[in-house]
Formats: sequence, structure tokens, C-alpha cells
Amino acid sequence: MAKVKSLADLQKLKADLQTKVDLREKGEGAENLVQIKVAMATCGIASGAKQVMEFFMDELEKRNIEAVVTQTGCMGYCYAEPTVEIKLPNQDPVVFGDVDIKKADEIIEKYVKTGELVNGIIPQNYNTIDE
Amino acid sequence: MHLLVCGGTGCKASASDALEDKLTKELEEKSLQDEVQVVKTGCFGFCEKGPIVKVLPDNTFYTQVKPEDAKTIIEEHVIKGRKVERLLYLDPETKMHVTDSKHMGFYKKQIRVALRNCGFINPESIEEAIARDGYAALAKVLTEMTPDQAIQEILDSGLRGRGGGGFPTGLKWKLTAKEKADQKYVVCNADEGDPGAFMDRSILEGDPHSVIEAMAINGYCTGATKGLIYIRAEYPLAITRLKIAIDQAREFGLLGNDILGLGFDFDLEMRYGAGAFVCGEETALIHSMEGERGEPTFKPPFPSVEGYLKKPTNVNNVETYANIPVIFLKGANWFNKIGTEKSKGTKVFALAGKINNVGLIEVPMGTTLREVIYEIGGGIKDGKKFKAVQTGGPSGGCLTEKHLDTPIDFDNLIAVGSMMGSGGMIVMDEDDCMVSMAKFYLEFTVEESCGKCAPCRIGNKRLHEQLELITKGIGSKADLEKLRDLCNVIKDTSLCGLGQTSPNPVLSTIDNFYDEYLAHVEDQKCPAGVCKDLMQYVISHDECVGCTACARVCPVGAIAGERKGPHTIDSAICIKCGACIEKCKFNAISIQ
Ligand SMILES: Cc1cc2nc3c(=O)[nH]c(=O)nc-3n(C[C@H](O)[C@H](O)[C@H](O)COP(=O)(O)O)c2cc1C
Ligand code: SF4
Ligand code: SF4
Repeated sequence: MAKVKSLADLQKLKADLQTKVDLREKGEGAENLVQIKVAMATCGIASGAKQVMEFFMDELEKRNIEAVVTQTGCMGYCYAEPTVEIKLPNQDPVVFGDVDIKKADEIIEKYVKTGELVNGIIPQNYNTIDE
Repeated sequence: MHLLVCGGTGCKASASDALEDKLTKELEEKSLQDEVQVVKTGCFGFCEKGPIVKVLPDNTFYTQVKPEDAKTIIEEHVIKGRKVERLLYLDPETKMHVTDSKHMGFYKKQIRVALRNCGFINPESIEEAIARDGYAALAKVLTEMTPDQAIQEILDSGLRGRGGGGFPTGLKWKLTAKEKADQKYVVCNADEGDPGAFMDRSILEGDPHSVIEAMAINGYCTGATKGLIYIRAEYPLAITRLKIAIDQAREFGLLGNDILGLGFDFDLEMRYGAGAFVCGEETALIHSMEGERGEPTFKPPFPSVEGYLKKPTNVNNVETYANIPVIFLKGANWFNKIGTEKSKGTKVFALAGKINNVGLIEVPMGTTLREVIYEIGGGIKDGKKFKAVQTGGPSGGCLTEKHLDTPIDFDNLIAVGSMMGSGGMIVMDEDDCMVSMAKFYLEFTVEESCGKCAPCRIGNKRLHEQLELITKGIGSKADLEKLRDLCNVIKDTSLCGLGQTSPNPVLSTIDNFYDEYLAHVEDQKCPAGVCKDLMQYVISHDECVGCTACARVCPVGAIAGERKGPHTIDSAICIKCGACIEKCKFNAISIQ
């Protein structure tokens, strides 16, 4: 990575990165791409988030579903770890709580494949700085 | 179409299970089960108005829905596409029905400022941080502001330190900036020693770049070119992610020499603490970083004058730093509109104890304890009765029913005998004994006292011994007064914040639960049934059928009695393990 040498560089970099994110969401092939974020802070990992993340990666590939699985920090719902956020193409992201392997399987089969929601959704109960 | 039914514990208490059943049945009756799914969700954080049903995709938000309403929702909304007006939320101010949840932001008690990126970005990717405005505040400050202007912005924001003391952050920066020295340092305090607190850990694990960026801004403002992060070695994941983040920032030229080609140099190092609570105190922390014993020293001199290696040093907490970039991006005037008159912005709390939604929350200053516990926290576990909440960890006090409507901010909490602390919040219910709770915190303090000064070293030990006696029912009313006196002496004469605040849990429980203390010493009773020495296991001879099950399970042979005859427990032998109570099928054994 070349160094960011000026403000203009940083702004350009941000714009590029945002476009990349946008592309992932709206660009070519995006209509099929599923994005999955697994909360991997200490609390999540202690409740098995690592195994769940591996399960998603392996199984989505096996089941031929195009997806990006990434880790993220604590979503705050320690009472419902592991928590996982799923973003289907052109839809608002949905957070699921208490996701063990069984639940992960159900999420893939129902929500990811058919858009049918399953039990265990955690509603967003906070405002962001942009609201 | 989906019908989301809140299955949070708070709503469950208000019959959301029955509602879900009803909805499912109604759909089946009308053969709609394939088109419309009923789905159970977690807590919406609006338990006061539960149970809640949200209809997707139109986002209609129904409140206080009763099982009887299931039919109406299906017939009206699902089939005819008409919203059921009377179940919509009535805005108390405009008296208008709010039709969809997109317009219901106001019900959300939380706003995520310090936690803005936690749970959104991959903390190991600087690209994702930059895409969400990471380092944009640093760029703005470096290009558009002089150090003085930037400090003024922080002063205007009203931000106060989140590490416990609530010292105005802008002022602290100003004090460090005005010192003349060949080298200055900025330090991030990531020691986080309160039992039950994990706010700082979560920020570092979820968004390390925001802390790095803020430290660089701090360096620019105060004239420091070196930053140090003091973090406890027990936080391996936070350490790993910080290291990755620092390397990435260096690689991108956002740390190091000539940042953004603007001639500003700044770099970071990590220092590891062994996890002593007192090392979170800033002077002790500095000594620990210098390789000395982690003991506090008298202030003044303050670190801003004489800190790390005797150089001017600015120490701030992790969460304090996490707020900084937002202040520059959104402006001081955006920030200081959140919160109360003297405490601006939000505070992150780690909710723990007997509460349904254990977790990390961030609320505007001025939110009440009731809102935190009953709305966001979903209320007390198992429908028990709320008894107290401890804020400020071992330095704080316990607050009770009568404080529930106190708006949480730095000054209000002190006024009611507790403190903000770093943000641990432990909720207790009717089964918790306040004397034992105070004893638990004292145990912690005695363990963690560095021993440098006598009031803290000896005084807290004495306090703990006294509490131990009280939990055994030994003592008198006069002893309680002595206990209070000792508390005040320790507070007044200890060298550092640890000793100056350690009696708070004792004082606040004596103040708020005096009767409970009295019950221990005068009636030899623990009303909550926690103190083992004050409990007696008794077999009721009316109920006992002489099955001998209890006598067989008792590990110490405390139960005597003939087969088919009444049994008796010898309380001198009984160790109060409770094994007999579990075995008795006739409920003949009770605790008194
Ligand atoms: C016994 C004791 C423990 C402390 N522990 C911490 C801690 O773990 N984290 C922290 O940020 N501040 C802690 N502090 C407060 C620090 O001394 C200091 O005030 C703080 O780091 C300043 O940062 P702030 O102004 O951003 O809050 C502690 C203070 C005392 C007396
Ligand atoms: S008050 Fe306690 S922790 Fe602080 S210096 Fe004295 S002995 Fe050490
Ligand atoms: S409580 Fe334990 S020790 Fe006491 S009588 Fe019952 S079984 Fe025996």
C-alpha cells in the first residue's frame, strides 16, 4: 500500500473505498452477493462465534452461495451471543442472536436462500450519529 | 410478508407467547401460513409499550398488542392492507399515530457515538475504517485548525473524561499544551480494572483506529510526538487488534513522520499492565510504564506538568478518545446538544447482574436509571423485584428504587452517593444481600490496595473484618456507627482515588439499607437469605413423612430421625449446603 501523503490522497482513498463497498452492494453480481458479519469480540468468541463463522464460510461455499463473510466487533447484545448480521442484496441488514451451528444452518436454508425470516432477530434499538 | 413479534423477556412477561400462538393460528385458519410468517425477535428496547409487533416490509409498528388483537391485525392489515390505527404508537407530544418504525427513532433510548463503528466494520481492516470516515477528523484538524483552535473545539463540546473522574477533556489538553518541554507524551488508559466492566475492551476490539486517530489529534494539540497505550495483558484480543491497527496506520502513513505530508510526526507504542486495579490510576499507571512499582504518588504535580519520564503527559481514557473524532466531524455544537447541562454526550455502560438484556449500551447523559434498566435492559430477570444498582464499581455506591428517576450524569450520581466510574452497572434483585455486596467490593479493594498508605491498607482491612462479622450476625447498632466513622476517615485520609472511594459501597448500603444491616446484627437474620451463618435449615414435623431421603444425602450427618418418624436437623452440625432441601419430595425442609 502506498502511503497516504496528503489530505487529497485520504479523501480519494475514502471515495475509492466507499465505491468498493457500493460496488459490492450495487455493482455487477451484487444481486447475488450475501454479506455476513460475525461479531467477534471476546464475548462473542467465548460463546462460539469462531465456529459459527467457519461454518458459514464452509457451508456457503459448499451450497454454492456467493457470499462475503467478515468479522466485526461487539454489537452490544451480550445476552444473545454469538450475534450475526446478514445483508441480503438490496435489503436492510438483519441481526440474528444466539446463532449456534444449528441456527446458522437454518439461517442459510431459510433466510439466505428464500428470504424467509427465522426466529431470533434482534431489532436495532439505537440511533446512529447520522440520524 | 413477515410479522415480527417481540420475544424479549420483558415482552414475554406481557404475554407475547400467547400473541404469537394466536397470530399463527389465525393465519392457518385463513390458509395464509405460506405467505405470511410469524417470527420471534429479541428486545426492541421499548418494553414499556410491549408486546410489540412489527410488520415487514412496510415497517408498521404496533404497540401493546394483546392476543385478542391478532385477529384484527390479520383481517385488517394482512388481508385488507389497512393499518390498525388503535394499535399504532400514539406520540404523546403531537397526539398523532406513528405509522412506521422508520419514524420512531425517538423511542430508541440509545445513540451510538463512541460505539459508532463497533459491530459495523472489520476491526482488522483499516480500509473499512477509512470508508466510515476513519482518520478524516485527523486530516481536518491538521489541515484546517491550529492546535489552539482544535483544543477550543473540544472545550466547546463539553466532553468530560470517561475514565471515572469526569475531568473536562479540553482543559486537560490545554494544560498539557501550555507546558514547555522538549518531549511530551499522550497516554491512553486502557487498564479497565472495574469488576464487570468491558466498555474499553469492546471499543478497542471493535474500533481500534478511532482511538489511534484521537491520540494523534491529541498529540497535535498538546505538542506530543509520542503516544503510549497502557493496556492490561489480560486483553489479548484487544492487544492483537491494536497491534494490527497500528501497523496498518504506519503502512498508510497515518502514523509516523510527516503525516499526510503536513509535517506532523506522531507514533505509538504499547505498554502492558499486569492487571492491578490501582495501575488504572494515572500516576500509578505512569510509574508502571516507567518500570517502577505501580504505586500512586501525590498530585500535584499533575501528569500534565510532570508525567511519564518527568515530561508533560496527557492521560485519557479509551472511551474519551473514541468520542474525539466525532466531535471534529460533527462539530462541538452537535456534540454538546446531547446530554445534560454539565455532562455532554453519551456514556457507554456494561449492563450486568440480574437483568434480562446483559450487554453493552450507549445512552445520552441524562437518561434515567429506570430507562436503562426497564427499557433497554428489559427489566429484572425472572420477574423478580428490583433492589439496587451499583454504578462506579468498587468506587461507586448502590442506588435504589428512589433513585430510579435520577438522570444519569457525573454530578447527579455523586449527589446521590455514587459515581459514574468507568461505566460498569450491576443490577441486583431481592435475592441479593446488601451487606454481602458491600463485603464483596471490600474484598476486591483489600486485594487491590497497593499498601502505600495506612488508611487504605489497614482501614479497608478493618472494614472488611467488620462486614464479615456483620454477615455472621455479630455486632450492634453502635458498631454500625463506628463502621460509618471508619469509612469517613479512610475517605478523607487516603492518598489516591482508590482509598478515597473504596468505602462508598459500604456507606451507600448503610444509608439506603440500614434496616438490612440492623436485621443482621440485632435479629441475626439475613432478609435476602444470602448470609449462610444466619440461615437455619429446619424440617417441619407436620410435613415430614420420615422417608429418610434427607438424612441419606446430608454430607455431614446432621439429620437424625427414625424411618417413618419425624426428622430433625442439628444446626450445630449443619453446613448449610442445601442438599437436603433438594432431595425432600414433601417440601418439609425450609430455610429460616
Ligand atoms: C483506583 C483507580 C483506578 C482507575 N482506573 C482507571 C481505569 O481503569 N481506566 C481509566 O481510564 N481511568 C482509571 N482511573 C482514572 C485515571 O486516574 C484518570 O483519571 C483517567 O485515566 C483520565 O482519563 P479521562 O480524563 O479521559 O477520564 C482510575 C483511578 C483510580 C483512582
Ligand atoms: S489509597 Fe490505597 S491504593 Fe491509593 S496509594 Fe494509598 S494504599 Fe495505595
Ligand atoms: S443443609 Fe446440608 S448439611 Fe445441612 S442438614 Fe441439609 S444436607 Fe445436611
